[in-house]
Amino acid sequence: MSKNDNKITEGKRQSACLPRKRFYRARAHSNPLSDSHFPIPFSPADTDYSQHYPNFVHSNLKIQFADIGCGFGGLLIKLSPLFPNTLMLGMELRDKVSEYVKERILALRSSNLGQYENISVVRTNSMKYLPNYFGKAQLSKMFFLFPDPHFKEKNHRRRVISIPLLDEYAYVLDVGGIIYTITDVEELGDWMKHCLETHPLFATITDEELSVDPVFELLACATEEGQKVARNGGQTFHAVYRRIAFVE
Amino acid sequence: MEEEILTEETRREADAAPALISIHPLQKSIALALGSEVRIFDLEKENAVTLTDEACSPSHSDAIRAICFGANGSLFASAGDDKLVKVWRTDTWHCIKTVHSDKRVSAVAISLDGLFVTFADKFGIVWIERLEEDGQGQISVGTKAVPLLGHYCSIITSLKFSPDGRFIATADRDFKIRITVFPKCLPKGAHEIQSFCLGHTDFVSCLAFIHLPDFRQSLLLSGSGDATVRLWDHVSGCLLDTCDIGKQAGLLKSNEIIKDFPAVTDINAFPDGSLVAVVIQGFHGVVILKCDVSSRSIFVAKIVSMEENFTPTSLVLSSSANMLWMVMGATNVSKSGSSELARLLVISNVDKYVSNEQGDCPVILEDKNIPGGEKLLLKLQGSVHLAKQDAAFTAAAAAVKVAMQNLLAKKQYSVEKRDLRKRNRNDRKFKK
Ligand SMILES: C[S@@+](CC[C@H](N)C(=O)[O-])C[C@H]1O[C@@H](n2cnc3c(N)ncnc32)[C@H](O)[C@@H]1O
Repeated sequence: MSKNDNKITEGKRQSACLPRKRFYRARAHSNPLSDSHFPIPFSPADTDYSQHYPNFVHSNLKIQFADIGCGFGGLLIKLSPLFPNTLMLGMELRDKVSEYVKERILALRSSNLGQYENISVVRTNSMKYLPNYFGKAQLSKMFFLFPDPHFKEKNHRRRVISIPLLDEYAYVLDVGGIIYTITDVEELGDWMKHCLETHPLFATITDEELSVDPVFELLACATEEGQKVARNGGQTFHAVYRRIAFVE
Repeated sequence: MEEEILTEETRREADAAPALISIHPLQKSIALALGSEVRIFDLEKENAVTLTDEACSPSHSDAIRAICFGANGSLFASAGDDKLVKVWRTDTWHCIKTVHSDKRVSAVAISLDGLFVTFADKFGIVWIERLEEDGQGQISVGTKAVPLLGHYCSIITSLKFSPDGRFIATADRDFKIRITVFPKCLPKGAHEIQSFCLGHTDFVSCLAFIHLPDFRQSLLLSGSGDATVRLWDHVSGCLLDTCDIGKQAGLLKSNEIIKDFPAVTDINAFPDGSLVAVVIQGFHGVVILKCDVSSRSIFVAKIVSMEENFTPTSLVLSSSANMLWMVMGATNVSKSGSSELARLLVISNVDKYVSNEQGDCPVILEDKNIPGGEKLLLKLQGSVHLAKQDAAFTAAAAAVKVAMQNLLAKKQYSVEKRDLRKRNRNDRKFKK
């Protein structure tokens, strides 16, 4: 990443600290999902991904990695060269943040010809519309890095990891696919682990297996949030689980 | 002032629940729900039924939002805004179970084996509770159900079991239909999603399964605010056909204008799909479709328009009697005082009518020819001679319109109002 790029990151990050209201602007155009303010595909077949991945138009590839709540996109950018032939999509709720990721990717593509062509981002609420983007068993990896903690108990159902939402993650994940979670909030770490542990469609991955997974070491350091935690010397808590087949 | 806006909205939402109708699979009895009242008529004995309950269990005290018979007809369930789910035996019409939900209930279904009741609450969670009477026929009161599955923060509008019992289908206001494998081990919940049936471009209001007579194949029908009825292979989630009611209706009967973008609000089908009847929001009549399971297609067969004031809120087809029952009504039509009234119309020989054997006019039964006759009308409508109450029904028609709009349309808030609501959200209040 160039110095220049870093600066943009810093600038954007500051604006991201402002109250969320700033991001909350009514759009002039009407959109199909009336209670949200961004267009949502009606079904996975409904999206034209050629605009997202122009270099892969003729490849017939499907998106296989999803970074949920991708923030400023640090993970996608690290993963891109590691899996150059895998399509990856970041999902981000905040308009400006997703716009920023989009620009960041375009900038990287133009300064590194032929690279970063396999990553893209959409602005969406993944908790509501995941099945509108991905079909059954389409994904092989899902990432949940440093998600919002929602401390209060009555807000736990807003957490991005919960038993009902894990049903949907299990649906879009292929058997054998992996769900990666990490947080610096111990309570949330316990929660995510507990949900995954309890859920009948996920099984734990041993530390030995993790130690040879090239992706695992990125969890704590690839994203902006992870770097912040690391700078402050914070602890992190991960839970990595595999989608297993359904047996009665 | 801020308070006012909010309370006004809540009140409007609580207002005007549409009347619902359901029929025993063998047409042994017919049920109508209006407000907090369940009205049952026994079609075999031809008499009105009085429901009985345990002294200690609460009765419905607010709008009933969902009713259904179990697959073999031995059980009936009712549920709604009072957060109660009540299950009744249909031989004695005694309540065998009252389940307390934490939230208002929006949909209810009885499992195919009759062993469980499932219901959806306003948070989009589907709950399940075992139905069993203990040795003395004593009823467990105040039991709590366990969560089965959830649609994230969306209201579930319909809940149905597939005819083979393998799946449970749930539809929501975010255009989604989810097909979940109904598990053998229930306390663990239903986590394996078989498919999502996606394609509707507005809320999904109603679901109906149909199947080939030998059960080898079943398909799913759905109605939506996008003015279509769609046919799905629910096992794969594939959309097989889309019937654009607005368009097709226009072609069939150009003089009969179904306005704007008519939402489909209720659907009911013969088990084999040969006839499918749908309610269109605000339309004084019904639309009858035909579904061909083998060619996997669905199309409009008839548009039945009825007297100006009859805009049905719910309908049911009885295959054994070849009849279409339609009800219109809504509660809390307070000003006009017609809150107790529902209006019932019955079309007989539906299949002949649809195949044009009787000319182009539906046979709408006269009151005295309706099964159960005036006795039935007295019980279900609340009055026999409704013709004299035209004014009341004009008011009711207006109320029904409001009821359906409130029920189904997502609220459109102005920017200012939205900010106001955000500021007033309970969970934000404590933060300052
Ligand atoms: C604390 S940040 C972490 C961002 C990034 N994963 C990282 O590690 O730097 C959580 C992000 O999730 C996003 N988010 C929260 N809820 C979301 C949802 N329902 N759908 C998509 N993104 C969401 C937020 O906007 C925020 O950018």
